[in-house]
Amino acid sequence: MRVPVSYSFRNLWTRRLTTILTAAGMALVVFVFAAILMLAEGLQKTLVDTGSWDNVVLIRKGSQSEVQSGIERLQASVIETQPEVAVGEGGRRVLAKEVVVLISLAKRGTDKPSNVIIRGINDQSLAMRPQVRLAEGRLPRPGSAEILAGRSVAKRFAGTGIGETLRFGMRDWTVVGIFDAGSTGFSSEIWGDADQLMQTFRRQAYSSVIFKLSDPSAFDAFKARVEADPRLTVEAKRESRFYADQSEVMAKFLRILGVSLTIIFSLGAVIGAMITMYAAVANRTAEIGTLRALGFQRRSILAAFLMEALLLGLIGGAAGLFFASFLQLLTISTLNVQTFSELAFSFTLTVGIVWQALAFSLVMGFVGGVLPALRASRMKIVDALRTG
Amino acid sequence: MRILKLFFRNAFRHKLRTGLTILGITIAILAFGMLRTLVNAWYAGVEASSANRLVIRNAISLVFPLPLAYKDRIRQVEGVTLVSWGNWFGGVYIEEKNFFPNFAVEPRSFLALYPEYLLPDMQRSSFLSDRKGAVAGKKIADRFGWKVGDTVTLKGTIFPGNWEFTIRGIYRGKDRSVDETQFFFHWEYLDETVRKTAPRRAGQVGYYIIGIANPNLAGEVSAAIDAAFKNSLAETLTETEKAFQMSFVSMTEAILIAIQLVSIVIIVIIMAVVANTMAMTARERIGEYAVFKTLGFGGRFIAGLIFGESLFISLLGTAIGIGLTFPVAAAFHDYLGTYFPIFFVEKETVLMGVAAGILVGVVAALFPTWRAVRIRIADGLRRIG
Repeated sequence: MRVPVSYSFRNLWTRRLTTILTAAGMALVVFVFAAILMLAEGLQKTLVDTGSWDNVVLIRKGSQSEVQSGIERLQASVIETQPEVAVGEGGRRVLAKEVVVLISLAKRGTDKPSNVIIRGINDQSLAMRPQVRLAEGRLPRPGSAEILAGRSVAKRFAGTGIGETLRFGMRDWTVVGIFDAGSTGFSSEIWGDADQLMQTFRRQAYSSVIFKLSDPSAFDAFKARVEADPRLTVEAKRESRFYADQSEVMAKFLRILGVSLTIIFSLGAVIGAMITMYAAVANRTAEIGTLRALGFQRRSILAAFLMEALLLGLIGGAAGLFFASFLQLLTISTLNVQTFSELAFSFTLTVGIVWQALAFSLVMGFVGGVLPALRASRMKIVDALRTG
Repeated sequence: MRILKLFFRNAFRHKLRTGLTILGITIAILAFGMLRTLVNAWYAGVEASSANRLVIRNAISLVFPLPLAYKDRIRQVEGVTLVSWGNWFGGVYIEEKNFFPNFAVEPRSFLALYPEYLLPDMQRSSFLSDRKGAVAGKKIADRFGWKVGDTVTLKGTIFPGNWEFTIRGIYRGKDRSVDETQFFFHWEYLDETVRKTAPRRAGQVGYYIIGIANPNLAGEVSAAIDAAFKNSLAETLTETEKAFQMSFVSMTEAILIAIQLVSIVIIVIIMAVVANTMAMTARERIGEYAVFKTLGFGGRFIAGLIFGESLFISLLGTAIGIGLTFPVAAAFHDYLGTYFPIFFVEKETVLMGVAAGILVGVVAALFPTWRAVRIRIADGLRRIG
């Protein structure tokens, strides 16, 4: 015969203060666990969404990011003539020779500077990136000192709102438009005319060449041929891979930090649950004796106490997740150590994380409850009844 | 004395429960200490910087160089005693995970500006006279098993190619706040090679570091230097070394704040655990407290009893936790020294841990005390379990 679930539930209810304290401890652990998974997920999602699978990025061999890279005009022209480059409207090649540099800008409201990516684009850059669209204002006129700011940049950095100006390289640059790139890395960039920017920064070389493949499956052959070409010293990557690689170090750091914190925290919470459950068992010795005398089996007692511990864990887990879900409203912006530039990303809650967090809270409840429940189920009827 | 014995006896009436609680506190204090130390490690560069040094970089951002020609004009600015320059080289040793900071520097002025890098005289002169020579910190030398005279090849990420260096010296820090994982070589070696491969990039330096005579005049000297290059192709931004290092810290501020928050959260969690233990203990002993009251002991005595026990448990856990922080920090340093070259437990961290322990003990006792003191004798005696 099974002990009804309501027995476990009402036991928790009777000891409200203890239940709340224990569940609160677990809720905090689950909160931290979920928060860090959400952060790492958000970071990766941002950088993975940034690239498209059928675009190819070429940077100089050995350089790890676009900022470090340099591709001479001659080399860029060689790449431009490759047969894999897709041909778009009006017979033009869907290829952009871009220049990417960092500029140091002050955040709004403070004078703390941070590095922002400024990307020199050409007329194909927008066409190649369907996730980027103009949200406000207009596109810069080619050949002018006009720039577009990404939504996250415009929000956080001084002088990047529409109509405002930035001064660098002895010129004033007017922001004529804001572009929205969703939750991608492009939202943390400023775009301007490539030739104008190169002139301003006295650069002769492009940073990267990006193009759309006419046949997405031709990438491997292209990569092998281009990297073996003696005229070129470049490295080719699919754009999606290129950006995913850039989130690697940060995501790994966040995960290591998160996992080690969660392990330490969960030890604390498990101990809390164990104390609570041991006390629950000790206080109810006579009750357990009575249950046994009524004919409930050891197995049923074990199940009832485990159920209580699992419920405790579940309450904590649900509460923790509830509060963690509000984090989605937050946007974090921090320096990506691999590109050395500011990147904005938000906490992202996925179904996978929900399941992981709930499973984790149940495991905590189980580990905390299994020893006390075993103790309860092993009691001898006579002894238990006598202690009351 | 007798009351201490009472705390002790009371605390260990439920050996298992108290043991678990102490274990919980130990873990929390240990985690708290480690997180604080991690935050301190973040600030290590700021702490190690000297008030006598200013950093000059391109006003647009760090990735833009400054012409070498600036050095003479900087030297003329009043208050400047020494001018040194260098480049962040960003070389990779065999593979990316072997990261360590490596710089091309002007060696003579560099060593003069950084007296905290200790180099034996023999190694110093052999480093200065070998253009392909390099100096490595003790920690990376140990890590890769480098000895003086070894050849080391770095793969350039910013400056393409494979670069060969001969280790001519291994420096040690003057104290433990000095980063011993850096790698320095002659700026001229870099410049000469670049002149052959990419002539346009020659004669450019990444940053200048200057020594000033009077730290109180740092503001004036910075303004004078920046004014000298105003409206030129490469405008400068001069700041104290501390401010320069701080700008890196503030760029990763979000993560730092998160870690600091978490270190507080863990104290709150453990507070809940201990408060729970104390609440249970007090609930079980309500009858006893009523007996105490019947015997004529006042509410203050009962409060003292609960507070004493709570503090006893939390401080015992705190002591073990702090005791463990040192070996764990040392192990952590051995394991993750690449990311955090400076990682040691500061006295302040220990004091904060003790304060947190006392706080937990006091807060945990508050509610049960309130209950135990308030209860009427008859109710207390009547109450069951």
